[in-house]
Amino acid sequence: ESADPQRTALLLRKAWTLYSVTPLYRFHRSRLREYARLLSAFIAAERQKGLAVEVGVELDIKVALSSLPELQGSQQDQPAVLVQLSSRSQASPKNSEDKILWSGCFCCMYGDDLSENMPEDFTCLPLFLANGAESYMSVVGNWFQKTFDCSFRRLAISPFNLSWMVAMWAGYKVDKAASAVELVFSVPRLPQPLDISYAIHPEDAKALWDTIQKTPGEITQEEVDVFMDCLYSHFHRHFKIRLSATKLVKVSTAIASAHCDGIVKMLHSQYLSRVLMLLTELAISQIQ
Amino acid sequence: HIATSLPLPSERDHLRPCIDLIVFVIDIKSKFSLKNVEASLAYVDASFFMGKVYFLVTGVGRVNCCSIETNAVCKLGEAYCSPVLFCELELEAIRVTTAQRLLRVLQICAGLVPGFSALSFSLLMRNSADD
Repeated sequence: ESADPQRTALLLRKAWTLYSVTPLYRFHRSRLREYARLLSAFIAAERQKGLAVEVGVELDIKVALSSLPELQGSQQDQPAVLVQLSSRSQASPKNSEDKILWSGCFCCMYGDDLSENMPEDFTCLPLFLANGAESYMSVVGNWFQKTFDCSFRRLAISPFNLSWMVAMWAGYKVDKAASAVELVFSVPRLPQPLDISYAIHPEDAKALWDTIQKTPGEITQEEVDVFMDCLYSHFHRHFKIRLSATKLVKVSTAIASAHCDGIVKMLHSQYLSRVLMLLTELAISQIQ
Repeated sequence: HIATSLPLPSERDHLRPCIDLIVFVIDIKSKFSLKNVEASLAYVDASFFMGKVYFLVTGVGRVNCCSIETNAVCKLGEAYCSPVLFCELELEAIRVTTAQRLLRVLQICAGLVPGFSALSFSLLMRNSADD
């Protein structure tokens, strides 16, 4: 199912920092406006204390919370919740448009594993995406943690999971002008850090994946291993370097890119929900 | 004696004392180390797999850096009837404890501890790991 492109477009082409969030206690979707007011007051109070302030800028920060019903997978999923901090420069309040300072999105895409046996008072939105200054994330995170007794944790992505992502995403069908499939490796234990970037033509990567995948729509660990081994041996044949002894830190495809520090960029609206589904799964395994 | 892979070079065969224990070290951050160990296993005589082979998995302190699934290593241990030990060699305290543990295992494998054979001890290790 593809979501309404207009509303979900705001998730595309931005670098999102990932967090896992434990279930929220007594979160009521009907009270979003009230929460926005409370969060706004909290931010103002924190700024009085000298926190969450961008140096040299006098801003009037507006908080908006909204529901994104387009972003949900199964019927059991909670629709996504978007948090936006925007500012209107006090200099020319009438003319300028609101500038979005920071965005955050609570999301649950096919998170049935977590929401299955959840008691009624809890809302499951295990994946959180943040874009903007870390100082705002800190304030907003604190408020949610205090108000709904939940806990945010940075979601890192291991090389093991990154290889799943690149194998999966390289296999999706995209138009001719797709960007290369790129893998970035970091070589450990050297006096000076060394990064190796391995770029593959997207058609070649898809052709390779097509010869490996047995059942369309299903991916096994074995298939991912074979895919990666092919890439590694090809590289070794040409450069005599064993990539399998290095650390895979970043993968990029036309669908999305992901970095091991837990930073992703989603690039293709058609596959947005599938990427979010994978990220939701990662978030849930970090929580459990 | 430390080797990066097997088989050991044959030139020094006559100088080598008898081998009581083989510990295969797998770095969870390196897929290559698993492949290397898998390839080296083919050069080990079958009699060693009666309690004289152990797998030591290091790097488990950093869950976010793993390139190998722990399941895969456990399956390897099961396939070769050998215990799998987990540690983090980059932390000194754990390095010391692991070394002491392996020395104890070595004493048993060399037959220096009365009442324990290499085989009986490894069965003990594997059964307790399953619990």
